[in-house]
Formats: sequence, C-alpha cells, structure tokens
Amino acid sequence: MTDLFKLADETFNSRLIIGTGKYRSHQEMQAAHTASGAEMVTVAVNRVPLDRATESFLDYLNPQMRILPNTAGCFDAEHAIRTARLAREALETDWIKLEVIGDKITLLPDNEQTLEAARVLVKEGFIVLPYFSDDLIMAKKLLDIGCPAVMPLAAPIGSGLGVCNPANLKIMREQLPDATIIVDAGVGVPSDAAIAMELGADAILMNTAIAEAKDSAQMATAMKLAVQAGRLAYLSGRMPKRLYASASSPIEGAIK
Amino acid sequence: MKVFINGEIKEITGEVSLTELLENFSLPRERVAVELNKEVVRKKDWETIRVKDADKIEIVHFVGGG
Repeated sequence: MTDLFKLADETFNSRLIIGTGKYRSHQEMQAAHTASGAEMVTVAVNRVPLDRATESFLDYLNPQMRILPNTAGCFDAEHAIRTARLAREALETDWIKLEVIGDKITLLPDNEQTLEAARVLVKEGFIVLPYFSDDLIMAKKLLDIGCPAVMPLAAPIGSGLGVCNPANLKIMREQLPDATIIVDAGVGVPSDAAIAMELGADAILMNTAIAEAKDSAQMATAMKLAVQAGRLAYLSGRMPKRLYASASSPIEGAIK
Repeated sequence: MKVFINGEIKEITGEVSLTELLENFSLPRERVAVELNKEVVRKKDWETIRVKDADKIEIVHFVGGG
C-alpha cells in the first residue's frame, strides 16, 4: 500500500522524523538514523565556540536526509525569528521547526510567542513547523496564518511520558481532518508512538526516546515499526470500545 | 576597538571585514551564518562589511538537537 506523507511541497515515505541530539557518539547516531528509516532530521542552531576548532556536525548526517533546523533555546519570538533567519542563511532552507520555550523546567512552549514568531516567519517565506501545546484553538490559529502543519507535544521535551492527553489529540484530529498533525516531543517507547499514530497523527518527531535508549539503533527500528503499525491501525479503523463483552464464538449451539 | 563576538568581548586592531574576522579567529566559513547587530549578513557581503567598535556579532553553526 502506498501511503505517502505529504508535508508542504515535499513527499516522504517515512512518518518518523528524528533528532540528532544526545547521542553518545556520531557513529551511534548514524546507526540509529539508518535503522529508523527517517528521511528528515532536526538540528539545532548554536554559537560557534571561539576557543577551539570545530568540525561540521552536518558532515555526520546522511546527505539524503532533509535537514530541519530548529529554534531550540529561544524564549521569545524575536530570538526565534533571528535564529530562523540564521538557519536559512547557513543551510539555504526555508524549513524551520519553530520552538519558543516558555519555561526552563518544563520546556513547555510559549504559545503566544510561537504564534507571533510564526506570523512573521510565514510572511518571510518560511515553511514554519511549529511546536506548541496540544491545544485545538492554537492549532487553528497556526494553520490560519499559513503553517503547513502543526506539531503538538505529547508530553514535555525529553520526558518520555507518552501521550499525556490523548483526548486533545483526538479532538484535534476530528476537528481538523485536513490538517497535517505531527506529534512532537514526549514519546518514550514505541507504544507511545503507536498510540499517537492510532489517534490520527500524520507523523511523529522524536529525539530522546531513541538517543537515550541503551541500544539506540534497535530502538530506532522499534519506533519505525510502531509508527507504521499505528498508522495502519488508524487507516484500518479501530473497533468500538465496549463496557461489556462481545463473544467472538457463538454462544448458541454450544453443547449442553 | 572592542567588539562582541558570541557574547565575548574581543579586542580588534585595525580595520577588518567580516571575512577577515572569521579568519582571525580560525572560524569555519562553510555552513555557518553571521549576524551583525541582530541582522543576518549574507555571505556575499562578508567581504565588504567592516567591523565597527561595539558591534555585536553572532556566528552560529549547527549542533545536535531535537
């Protein structure tokens, strides 16, 4: 079955987008990237250290993969906008994962600043993929101003708590049937990814769940399969939940 | 003169372009971006733009992230 993932003007085979942070070595990251089947990876924009020579981190990425820079570490719209512009200049890409953080402890997004930054960046021609709290109204606003997709969190970044509010995700899917929804952050294990996909997410973006696994390449494979399984389940249409049993074998006709 | 590069105060002698500034600090020129006083400077302009006293310069590259 062909089930391509369309995002902005691109088409992907994989519905798993993964990060490049927290790996114990470049080699381990490369093995995990290959195992994941992901076709897009995120990178962060950071100051070049002045006191030592640096190698280009990008050399360790599979050149076939699309690189999605993020605005991590930005706490207001202005810094996020400046970071996006720098990323575009250095990478020659209009794609940006917009991330405006509101608090250092929770790393929860500042939705108000995110919307403000998104508005400016969309006008400047960026393909803005915004990370935000899993809120339907915020999703609508982000889509209205021209974001090609929305990226609600499942749980705080790096928490591995899984989909904390499945109802919000389900509501978002039902109310925005045509929107591209990418669940970004909070997945811990493959079942979390499968749940998000079963609820109708179009794709999942994750980093820590793979990078912090003892065997990150094997976990990447598990995540790939979970995303595929969840997607197939969503497309298949799940059975209704019932409070009471519904026999699979005929009750009538059993010997007495 | 003194300039701020990535938040650090640096003493610069003589008139230098952004290209020369990167060379002086042995910084990479590929896959980096430069911001001068909060405005991105296109790579083609690095050669002609001269650094002035108290300029705030940000030079960024890419690192692992999620």
